[in-house]
Amino acid sequence: MREDGTRHIVGPFNRVEGDLEVVLDFEGGRVVRAEVVSTLFRGFERILVGKAPLDALTITPRICGICSISQSAAAARALGDAAGLRPPPQGMLAIQIIHGVENLVDHLTHFYLFFMPDFTRPDHAARSWHGAATARFGVGGPAQRSWLEARARIMHVMGILAGKWPHTLAIQPGGVTRAPDARDRLKLVAQIRRLRRWLDETLFGDGAEAFAALGTPSDLLAWRKGDVGRYLAIADDLGLGSIGSGPGLWLSFGAHETAEGPLFARGVRRLDGTGRPGVLEPLDTADILEDPSHAWDAGRPAHPSVGDTLPDPDREGAYSWCKAPRLAGRPAETGAFARQVVDGHPLALGLAGEGGSVHARIVGRLLEVARLAEALERWSIALEPDARFIEHGAMPQEGRGEGLVEAARGALGHWVSIGEGRILRYQIIAPTTWNFSPRDASGVPGPLEQALVGCPEGAMVQHVVRSFDPCMVCTVH
Amino acid sequence: MSFDVLWLQSGGCGGCTMSLLCAEDPGLFETFEDFGIRFLWHPSISRESGAEVVDLLEDLRAGRRRLDALCLEGSVMCGPNGTGRFHMLAGTGKPMMWWLRELAERADHVLAIGSCAAWGGMTSAGSNPGGATGLQYDGVMPGGLLGEDFRAGSGLPVINVAGCPTHPDWVIETLVMLATGAFGREDLDPLARPRFFADHLVHHGCTKNEFYEYKASAERLGQEGCMMEHLGCIGTQAHADCNIRPWNGEGSCTRGNYPCINCTAPEFEEPGRRFTETPKLAGIPLGLPSDMPRAWFVALASLAKAATPERLRENAVADRIVHPPRVVDVNRRPRGR
Repeated sequence: MREDGTRHIVGPFNRVEGDLEVVLDFEGGRVVRAEVVSTLFRGFERILVGKAPLDALTITPRICGICSISQSAAAARALGDAAGLRPPPQGMLAIQIIHGVENLVDHLTHFYLFFMPDFTRPDHAARSWHGAATARFGVGGPAQRSWLEARARIMHVMGILAGKWPHTLAIQPGGVTRAPDARDRLKLVAQIRRLRRWLDETLFGDGAEAFAALGTPSDLLAWRKGDVGRYLAIADDLGLGSIGSGPGLWLSFGAHETAEGPLFARGVRRLDGTGRPGVLEPLDTADILEDPSHAWDAGRPAHPSVGDTLPDPDREGAYSWCKAPRLAGRPAETGAFARQVVDGHPLALGLAGEGGSVHARIVGRLLEVARLAEALERWSIALEPDARFIEHGAMPQEGRGEGLVEAARGALGHWVSIGEGRILRYQIIAPTTWNFSPRDASGVPGPLEQALVGCPEGAMVQHVVRSFDPCMVCTVH
Repeated sequence: MSFDVLWLQSGGCGGCTMSLLCAEDPGLFETFEDFGIRFLWHPSISRESGAEVVDLLEDLRAGRRRLDALCLEGSVMCGPNGTGRFHMLAGTGKPMMWWLRELAERADHVLAIGSCAAWGGMTSAGSNPGGATGLQYDGVMPGGLLGEDFRAGSGLPVINVAGCPTHPDWVIETLVMLATGAFGREDLDPLARPRFFADHLVHHGCTKNEFYEYKASAERLGQEGCMMEHLGCIGTQAHADCNIRPWNGEGSCTRGNYPCINCTAPEFEEPGRRFTETPKLAGIPLGLPSDMPRAWFVALASLAKAATPERLRENAVADRIVHPPRVVDVNRRPRGR
């Protein structure tokens, strides 16, 4: 056991899409204080200043190679907001198919490549399931191979609709550049049906609809089929449902908006005085503030529409390149589980009532995979090969825009100001900026920093950190 | 004996790895197995984390373990002021820049995966706030982190598997060629990119070639026509085989109806113009197809424009084919035979 009062630095923390360091203080073998260190600064917000507004569509996807479409969609929305331009209904549908595939794929890449291999670690060698987990979920093993094959195939959706992935330029403020024809539509439906078959046979071991229809945490525990069943047995044995609670405030910008509205609701939900998730509250983005008081940044707390990024590696008290976003002064957790809680899915609400744990975050992603797969098939069938997929319009000489989307990992916002036809200011708050934020001016830790407190040393630290599916390249950008 | 690869990431987006995982028929793990290639460590794939990784890096640095290939994905972060503090490798207290210099000395081959690692790439755009550079190039200038004269243990310079992102096959095939001893200095182009993909132009196999021939041009993104004249496409000068081997099954930038931005080249991130707009002089695009004399281009373009069939003129500015080619019996023989 680590001695009381000892400080332990964990890094390089991998399978987090980028580089991460976590600094932990232990007492009694448990974490009493955590500092989450985002180690990389690139400066995209500064790179964008002075560029022609539409160039943001080429530059911002390259912030992130795993949620490139989300960055692209957020930029297109921010520019569209500034220009008063919206995609036609079929253009919105095409964007949601592209974006939905990215989010679904990211969830399963997290599950199979980033999260499950930790259960094959020697730390767990004494567990009854360790041998079977190692054979199934090991690096390069059968589960990973099967997923990568399914992944490569469903990515053909990108080849058809978006040219390539990552880093497409197909998503524009007014829609998409490629109008699918009747043959494209059928290819999309076919690829999505093939993925759904894989989900039923391999991931869930039964119909994904049945998984999406689960109503309570105890119903869930009875699921023992497919890779999900294998995970649930492990989660049960290790008690992943009682560790890693975040701040109890969940945020979603609303996901996958089509002409019928968002697939998953926008808003905020928090634990009430009795420890139950409360009513759905409206979200006002005017309540967002980015606080750099513990970041290597010389700025002051500001709303992202007026904020700035001023790297200062010598700032006193700073320990991360990440600024601390706060919603009405409070840290918020975002991601698939937050989306399902905000959307009011009964299973997610049940898991939120248990505190929102490592397990809850994994289940949130699985729920979303099941629900998204159904929506993707519906959307692709609804494509109309004779419709308009893009509207054209000029960028304003002066203007402001806000672009909000839900990336796989949660709420992603872009805020742009345009003057004399150029970008004057561009600020981005990515999902992991919320989840892995450092402390704010009042010393309140970020969601992961809270979730790590109480965690025993060893592999559990890995499970808690990766349950958020962090994207470190997005975090600081 | 396995071919041991260490993969590190620095000032990039991780997209080259995400693209690599799109490899299919066969997939990444299968190909590695079949050719004896193994990741000593890869940040997105390996189970090992924290101290286990630091120990491995120390072993490699000290030469206690063999390093067949060092792959870097992402730019080298030199800022602020040459300190490398914009990326301290977690858990080591040292700049990634320092680790790269040390490990490159020990590697038999050094590969820059993607345009960030090769030249600096998108991370070095604008004012280059992070002080980003490539391993052996800083934009178009030879040098970068390791310097123009650097040679890996094999005697080769840094191999620039450029692209933003790289195509999964470019990475896998380069590694397989190295692992099987089938790659030498003559397999690199003047910018040290593997010639098997860099000897082609994006123009080769472009589905818009008939529009190109007649200078039937798209005027706005989303239209079917050639994007060279108005929309900034430089596929006629860009070195890559994107339209010969497609992306994600059947895609490419131009097939997605958006322009090629020459992402395998140094300084693609700063074209000195908008990405989706073609600069012109007296109505003629400034960038001409590779190896084409300007006078010829002007003469051919004006002839081609005069001869453009109505079908192509209409389709070029439509978002789908509105005017199909006429059906003729090309096999018709004179009557009486």
